[in-house]
Amino acid sequence: MSTGVSYNDQGGAEAAVEAGQESTPTSSSTGAAFGLFSADFKKMSSVLRNEDLKEMLESNKESLKLEAMKRIVGLIAKGKSASELFPAVVKNVASKNIELKKLVYVYLVRYAEKQQDLALLSISTFQRALKDPNQFIRASALRVLSSIRVPIIVPIMMLAIKEAAADLSPYVRKTSAHAIQKLYSLDPDQKEQLIEVIEKLLKDKSTLVAGSVVMAFEEVCPDRIDLIHKNYRKLCNLLVDVEEWGQVVIISMLTRYARTQFTSPWTEGAEFDENKAFYDSDSEEKKDQTEAKPYIMDPDHRLLLRNTKPLLQSRNTAVVMAVAQLYWHLAPKHEVSIVTKSLVRLLRSHREVQYIVLQNIATMSIQRKGMFEPFIKSFYVRSTDATHIKTLKLEILTNLANEANISTILREFQTYVKSQDKAFAAATIQAIGRCATNISEVTDTCLNGLVLLLSNRDETVVAESIVVIKKLLQTQPTQHGDIIKHMAKLFDNVTVPMARASILWLMGEYCEKVPKIAPDVLRKMAKTFTAEEDIVKLQTVNLAAKLYLTNSKQTKLLTQYILNLGKYDQNYDIRDRTRFIRQLIVPNEKSGALSKYARRILLAPKPAPGLESAFKDRDRYQLGTLSHSLNLKATGYQELPDWPAVAPDQSVRNVEIVEPLRESAPIVGKTKQPKSDKFYSDDEDEKEEEGSDSSGSGSEDSSSSSEESGSESEEESSEDSEKTSSDSGKSSSGSEKSSSESESDQKKKKKTKKAPQKKSKPAGDSDSDENGNGPVGQASSSSSESSSDSESDSESDSPAPKKKTEEKAKPKVAVNSKKEVSLLDLDDFSPAPTNAPKPSVLSQSLLSDLEGLSLSNISSTVQVTTSSFGPLKTYELLHHMTGKGLSAKYHFPRQPCLYQPSMVAVQVILTNSSDHALEEIHIGDQSPASLNIHCFNTIERLEPGASVTVSMGIDFSDSTQAANFQLCTKEDQFSVSIQPAVGELLMASTMTEQDFCKEQGKLQGMNEASATITMATANASRQAINKQVLSVANVGEVPSSQNNFSRFAGQTVSSRALVLVSLELSESSGALLTINTEKSVMASMLLQDLKQALAQA
Amino acid sequence: MIHSLFLINASGDIFLEKHWKSVVSRSVCDYFFEAQERATEPENVPPVIPTPHHYLISVLRHHIYFVAVIQSEVPPLFVIEFLHRVVDTFQDYFGVCTEAAIKDNVVVVYELLEEMLDNGFPLATESNILKELIKPPTILRTMVNTITGSTNVGEQLPTGQLSVVPWRRTGVKYTNNEAYFDVVEEIDAIIDKSGSTITAEIQGVIDACVKLTGMPDLTLSFMNPRLLDDVSFHPCVRFKRWEAERILSFIPPDGNFRLLSYHVSSQNLVAIPVYVKHNITFREGSSQGRFDLTLGPKQTMGKAVESVLVSSQLPRGVLNANLNPSQGTYTFDPVTKLLTWDVGKINPQKLPSLKGTMSLQAGASKPDENPTINIQFKIQQMAISGLKVNRLDMYGEKYKPFKGIKYMTKAGKFQICPYNTPFTGFSLTVLTNQIHVFR
Repeated sequence: MSTGVSYNDQGGAEAAVEAGQESTPTSSSTGAAFGLFSADFKKMSSVLRNEDLKEMLESNKESLKLEAMKRIVGLIAKGKSASELFPAVVKNVASKNIELKKLVYVYLVRYAEKQQDLALLSISTFQRALKDPNQFIRASALRVLSSIRVPIIVPIMMLAIKEAAADLSPYVRKTSAHAIQKLYSLDPDQKEQLIEVIEKLLKDKSTLVAGSVVMAFEEVCPDRIDLIHKNYRKLCNLLVDVEEWGQVVIISMLTRYARTQFTSPWTEGAEFDENKAFYDSDSEEKKDQTEAKPYIMDPDHRLLLRNTKPLLQSRNTAVVMAVAQLYWHLAPKHEVSIVTKSLVRLLRSHREVQYIVLQNIATMSIQRKGMFEPFIKSFYVRSTDATHIKTLKLEILTNLANEANISTILREFQTYVKSQDKAFAAATIQAIGRCATNISEVTDTCLNGLVLLLSNRDETVVAESIVVIKKLLQTQPTQHGDIIKHMAKLFDNVTVPMARASILWLMGEYCEKVPKIAPDVLRKMAKTFTAEEDIVKLQTVNLAAKLYLTNSKQTKLLTQYILNLGKYDQNYDIRDRTRFIRQLIVPNEKSGALSKYARRILLAPKPAPGLESAFKDRDRYQLGTLSHSLNLKATGYQELPDWPAVAPDQSVRNVEIVEPLRESAPIVGKTKQPKSDKFYSDDEDEKEEEGSDSSGSGSEDSSSSSEESGSESEEESSEDSEKTSSDSGKSSSGSEKSSSESESDQKKKKKTKKAPQKKSKPAGDSDSDENGNGPVGQASSSSSESSSDSESDSESDSPAPKKKTEEKAKPKVAVNSKKEVSLLDLDDFSPAPTNAPKPSVLSQSLLSDLEGLSLSNISSTVQVTTSSFGPLKTYELLHHMTGKGLSAKYHFPRQPCLYQPSMVAVQVILTNSSDHALEEIHIGDQSPASLNIHCFNTIERLEPGASVTVSMGIDFSDSTQAANFQLCTKEDQFSVSIQPAVGELLMASTMTEQDFCKEQGKLQGMNEASATITMATANASRQAINKQVLSVANVGEVPSSQNNFSRFAGQTVSSRALVLVSLELSESSGALLTINTEKSVMASMLLQDLKQALAQA
Repeated sequence: MIHSLFLINASGDIFLEKHWKSVVSRSVCDYFFEAQERATEPENVPPVIPTPHHYLISVLRHHIYFVAVIQSEVPPLFVIEFLHRVVDTFQDYFGVCTEAAIKDNVVVVYELLEEMLDNGFPLATESNILKELIKPPTILRTMVNTITGSTNVGEQLPTGQLSVVPWRRTGVKYTNNEAYFDVVEEIDAIIDKSGSTITAEIQGVIDACVKLTGMPDLTLSFMNPRLLDDVSFHPCVRFKRWEAERILSFIPPDGNFRLLSYHVSSQNLVAIPVYVKHNITFREGSSQGRFDLTLGPKQTMGKAVESVLVSSQLPRGVLNANLNPSQGTYTFDPVTKLLTWDVGKINPQKLPSLKGTMSLQAGASKPDENPTINIQFKIQQMAISGLKVNRLDMYGEKYKPFKGIKYMTKAGKFQICPYNTPFTGFSLTVLTNQIHVFR
């Protein structure tokens, strides 16, 4: 023991020195001082080595322990057993040193199965860690706990999984999804309980969790397709943001799902319909009209296709392949070809990737030549390709061959035949044979070419040519006596059995065409019969029999001789065949009846063999799967179901209104969440994205989603309207929710340095302790939900004043919520306004008050909203004289723009005052080009006297620069321009007086513009002031406690800069007008406008 | 999904094994060795091998086979892509991915593999996250660790795993903020003997080295984005923005990464920067063959063609080659029959040439094929497709970064094939003549 201790002391320091440089016990780069020890070390037997390691592990020096663990891991890596050390290692499971702990975990997971009892010692450590405030520690504890394959702890694991599935951290929830699979493989009896957990996790909105839980779903209960229904749309929408490995799993699951839930898009009617739509500029709308056709693609089906398409650009080849197979199995025929380019791109990747992709292309190219034909050159073989790649490329080239390109392909083949890779050359000859049978134009050319190859010096080439020629000749034997003769001459030189057998068969089959040569060949064969391969022997017997029947005079004796040889052959097949042939052809008393038909049996015309692709039958497997690659059913392969004849109920995918409060506060994927609410997003969402990047990307989606679904509902047919209205209700509640979440996030950010357990509080709680306003905020969120519910209906109605208030109020909330989300948004770097959550909470509370319509202190607020909506100024866009009968007027509805939040909504009223109908009214060229205009859809026809109101969105970028564009009809174009008043570039916002003053304080100096104005006497009253101000600018009034102060707040539409207007009345008719905003140009312009407005009666 | 991983070196030793589920005996690799034996070349081992109870999916990189054992249906590309990602990670960590490097860093390798997969399903494959979890070994760190006894394992846990930008580390700081972009294009071409192009295409990548503090948001725009036909992005690139405006907008990962790879649309004619005149002849009955090869520049926009390397697999019958290069050096390996000629830079005034004779095996018949010639070259400061970066802007951070962009063109699979006879069909008359001779 004393030696051990002294060694420890000495070795400890040394080992520490060594720790960094050396991690395996065998590597020899050690310092001089250590050399002695390491030499000794190697000599020791493994028992002694283990003793050493044990001592090191039991020492109290961290570095020594770590060194020991590193050596043990080295042993494990080499596949050597280190299980005896288990007790010593397990003691360190609770170590403080992270690396040591990790290595112990590695060890535990590896050996726990073998040492179950001892492994239990470590469980309590993990159980404790599962409660750790740090999410990473919780996650890693669950990971290790579930990786220990000890059946006894199944209940503990189950409990841990259930708890983790409800964890606040999405990372822990992800880990729990992984643990589900582990537990299931350990104890399949837990299935039912696990399915419950999966069901719960499937509802999770975090992109982190999605991939893992779908993986668990696939492993545990792939048949429970019903669990997917409610999550289908969410998964589709989340897909782009899920990590790449998860994408693969989700896509393949959704492929299966879609095959069970939608009807086939491959019917004739569908084809026609889609094609027609293709030629229409605005296909979406057009389709709705022409949807009398039998096939209508389910919008959910379309959603899946649309959301997977961008993933074709993924750098992950597995993702690209997954999307490709999804399109192959699900998309209408004419859409499949969009995957071609991406698949061809994968061919530039690693060899193994090429292999798999080429296999899949080979299968696809059989059914759909056209898809890959333009890329035929990508499949040209290079001399550096591996053989299996070459063969696959050859396969594809052959599949793609047609009359038009056959000459180029054959020229390529000609080079390949000369390749030094003989196996490949042989495969090329096969390919030429296939081309010859498939394309009758070139059959002769190919046959001639192949015959030329018979004089090739290489035997494999010759042999392969013979085999192929044999097959070709069968298709047209008449004129090719010459070739058969030629082959007979080659016979002596050919040694490859298959080729010899082929020649013999040809001789026999067409013995009447070569009556002189055939018996001679048989004679030669009789001499060498015993030395031949089995397959050659069989064909010799065959030839003998056929010759006996046609030319018995010359060959009778030869045949008998061969049959006698065959009778005593070692191979039973040959003996059997000989016996059979003898009975068949040599008439004797026993077999009288049959021998009469011998000729008809043996010399019956035989159908030519079709030369088919080896990939012909692979399409029974789903593309991209292991089974497809191996062409055999792999364990766990799930058949791709066939389309149902009638689609199951599609309403199962509708999602009801989501509970206002989520049980677990998600932080991650914040920007993505709103997307999940977007159901029927159409082309517009792409345009939306354009502008949104400039002012905070994902966040806008939250607002636009509700609007979008609203706008969609107009387009939808009436039967859908019920559903969509509920959808829009849901989505608006989504944006609402995100606002409340963002608050809690906000707070978290501030408080991260404080007690960490605060973090894990649910969103609602943190709301309420922010400013005691929480419960109100929550209530109001639900109330605004209901208001938004009604909104989509009320939009088209003539607005009653009360509805107006709701309608007006609702967008305001949306504005606020948007702003706050963008604060959190990592993609967003535009300087975010600094007034954070409070106003939104307040506005919510105001709203809830509004809902109750208690008349106590809100009269002013009501005025704000109504008056801001008040008298609309209408401007002339196009006079009917200049417009040749078409007149256009526009006004600013002062509503948030539907298309992009950074746009100003403009409504244009088009009137036809001519005597003939105007057709195709649309917007043409725009200038300046930078101006972002969302055009209205083309108006097909406007009858004389009729007028139509359309809405546009223009992003003025907070400048009063005019938007010039052309208004076009079928015949004419008119240049028009919209010049916004500065006040229209604002959006009203609500805030408290307190906040107002605070913000105003921040916007001093440069950002302040003020002027003393003289008020018209008519404007003395407060209401009059409000009216005047609101007519000029779209701002919201701020409730004021002082009588002589009027305050208004707004923000610019594009950059969301705050604009604060305050008006201080002095005793006389004078007043001090102050405007505070970052946009100083706007400030001065607004000042002018207001001054003018207030000065006049 | 992935059950186990075995690393096998060129001589067929399993030098590392790792199991994510219960242990699979290494005897499963026998099936792999069988397949390896059957294959003539190391590359010819099929990537997917079925065995009675498992399936082996392997990739070969740096003369090491990475063999993954799987038990049930999984997309093979999923596994292959992951294995390549593993190799890339090793390369990233150790500089090289060789057996020696892996053996030397076996603990780091193990820690990495542990983090990359959980129960066989990929967990963290982003290099930035992994580097936060496990610090790559550097000489300096090794020294420091030795002295202070600290470890390779990151002290902080990566928050990147949780963020919406999982590819970027948090809290990045640099004193010199710089962003470099390399536009590298490769020409793949097959050119026939007469110099006409059979196929030619250009692939390009933009590799970036971004060392910027904080969370910069970059946009990169091109003068001629229309050239890019088919693109694939690093996950950081905002796809919608590209679709709409053809602008690359992204929050870059920290350090080196591949931003974009693209294919230049096939409508554009590909400029071929070099031409080759070659004449390799063998005469019947003679034991000598003549070899004559000249290189010259073509369509290079005035840029020099550098690092030219010509290689060719001569026919088996060639015993030795006695050649005379006008510049550079040549080697001929009598065993593999591989001729390589390291040319260097092409001087347009004095074209490099390689002339001489080849001696053939006595009595052997004339080799019936002409060798294919592979060429490698580099051209600096030029993207052969003409792609040009317009500007790079940074948002979200206050400082001014140093920006740099470099263009380069390389030969990819650039082959000169020895034939130029268009396929007109073999004539039957030749054949009948032959038959008459036979008679």
